Amino acid sequence: MTKEDIVLAIKDIIATIAPDEELDGLNNTDLLRDQIELDSMDFLDIVMELRKRYSVVVPEDSYGELATLDSCANYLEPFMAEKELKIGV
Amino acid sequence: MGQTVPSTCDTLIIGAGMSGLAAGIRLAQYDQNVVVLDRHALWGGLNSFYKKAGRPFDVGLHALTNYVDKGVRGKPLTRILRQLRIPYDALKLGQQWVSESAFPGVKLRFSNDFQLMRSEVAEKFPSQIDGFDRLSALLADYPSLPTAGMPVFARTRLAEFLTDEKLVDLLLLPILYYGSPTPHDIEWGSFVVLWKSLYEEGFARPQGGVRTILTLLRDRYKELGGQLHMRQGVAKLLHENGKAIGVVLDSGHEIRASRILSSAGLVETMALCGEALQEKFSEEKCAGEMTFVECISLLDTPLVDLGHDKTITFFNTTERLIYEAPEAAFDSRSGVICCPDHYDNQIPQHEPALRLTLRAHPQKWFDFTDEEYAATKESAWQAGHKAILPFAPDIRDHTVFVDTFTPRTVRQFTGHTRGVVYGSPIKSPDGTTELENLFLMGTDQGFLGIVGAMLSGIAMANVHALQASPS
Ligand SMILES: Cc1cc2nc3c(=O)[nH]c(=O)nc-3n(C[C@H](O)[C@H](O)[C@H](O)COP(=O)(O)OP(=O)(O)OC[C@H]3O[C@@H](n4cnc5c(N)ncnc54)[C@H](O)[C@@H]3O)c2cc1C
Repeated sequence: MTKEDIVLAIKDIIATIAPDEELDGLNNTDLLRDQIELDSMDFLDIVMELRKRYSVVVPEDSYGELATLDSCANYLEPFMAEKELKIGV
Repeated sequence: MGQTVPSTCDTLIIGAGMSGLAAGIRLAQYDQNVVVLDRHALWGGLNSFYKKAGRPFDVGLHALTNYVDKGVRGKPLTRILRQLRIPYDALKLGQQWVSESAFPGVKLRFSNDFQLMRSEVAEKFPSQIDGFDRLSALLADYPSLPTAGMPVFARTRLAEFLTDEKLVDLLLLPILYYGSPTPHDIEWGSFVVLWKSLYEEGFARPQGGVRTILTLLRDRYKELGGQLHMRQGVAKLLHENGKAIGVVLDSGHEIRASRILSSAGLVETMALCGEALQEKFSEEKCAGEMTFVECISLLDTPLVDLGHDKTITFFNTTERLIYEAPEAAFDSRSGVICCPDHYDNQIPQHEPALRLTLRAHPQKWFDFTDEEYAATKESAWQAGHKAILPFAPDIRDHTVFVDTFTPRTVRQFTGHTRGVVYGSPIKSPDGTTELENLFLMGTDQGFLGIVGAMLSGIAMANVHALQASPS
């Protein structure tokens, strides 16, 4: 997966855990929690979905790396470069 | 059902009530091998359902608290639905009409629009409105989570804002009845949670009653592959070196688990852990004593035709608020009247219902002979329906069927010591216990009611079984 794919992967996860949120206008640089309603329970779900879909384990002290779409892509790239994008699972 | 009970699992959940099912869904969603066990044949716990004389009844449902409109964010109800991936519309919620807290000569009406209560306070207690506004502003900014620390009681804190004790009693009456394990007063953290869920948010009812919620929960859990085993009581909890490792069922079957989440209650769970812990958290030392009789009357006439349009009336027949375990088997001087048909979306019932809740003695009902038991139920119905006449119509000549349940019923079907509904006065806000890998959820973690119990199950599953689990 490229960094763009990782952003798509994250957006798809958010679409699953927060189906009522409008995701089209999301930008890559602002904090996700400032753009849409995501609380700590939702961030846990992003982590759990990453583990379920891509077998990537994000340790608790690295949850902060998931703050923006760009920081997600940067942080996850080493773990996800070799993996296939899965949409709508 | 039909499935055989396994001998190992990742997380074992005691209780298929609201908290157990919600926790189960969270874990099954993330592929844990999770097993929910309940001793009773029907799921739902304190808010289950049953049939009598061919008529369907809900055990507990007066109201689903914490009502918010679809799309409102960050509130307990919407957080729960998101975490469980249940669509808002599936609950088929209808809002309450109007409810009230009523004392002789003074009533405070409230609805899902907080302004109604505010305007009632402004009109009836003009000298108190500034304090009321300061209080509601403070509470609006509080997080809706129970907090640890030294217990402070609500009356003490409320005195900083309100000087009129009648107003304090009017505000406390619904809150105590919907969640206080302690007499006359309630711990401040729980007060805040209930203030938000009753007054800031409000009451609704799913079309079809509690079955609608319970069917959603069970189906979602099963669709995710979760295992639900009814009629499987936990007889004993196994532990080694301070760590919980599994359970023994009533049948003698043993299940090993990496962790156990229990909704059975503090005293009830510790009683499964052997003599030392049972003694430390004994019924005498730790059990609550707030329990209730509930009379459900089915009528030949809609209540609106008898001049009653309230959804829920919290009534108190004396000058000062009475909320304590009574000395007699029951006490009809205060209680709750609920009209489950008085919600926006309800399909008119062939036999409209009125539910009456009275406080009950935590022991007497267990000692009665069968004849005494039946006779006392009957006198609770008679006395209760006489006591509520200043607040509600006389339904005694309109009643076609009555079912009354008591602390004995609650204990029989949910295992709660003394038949208590709001658990022990000792809460465990983080869910931890004396044993590693054993956590409490539901009522004795400090969240109660339907929404509270589900939120508790979710939070405890997240913190102790998802975040913490290595694989
Ligand atoms: C009359 C009444 C009216 C109510 N009205 C409302 C209302 O209108 N609105 C509202 O929000 N709330 C209401 N409640 C409160 C609400 O029902 C409870 O707060 C909530 O259901 C508690 O859920 P829980 O999961 O914490 O526990 P429980 O529902 O008590 O679940 C515990 C489960 O554990 C099982 N269990 C216990 N011990 C064992 C064992 N050893 N082995 C196996 N299983 C075991 C029990 O059988 C039970 O099913 C009412 C309750 C009552 C009794």
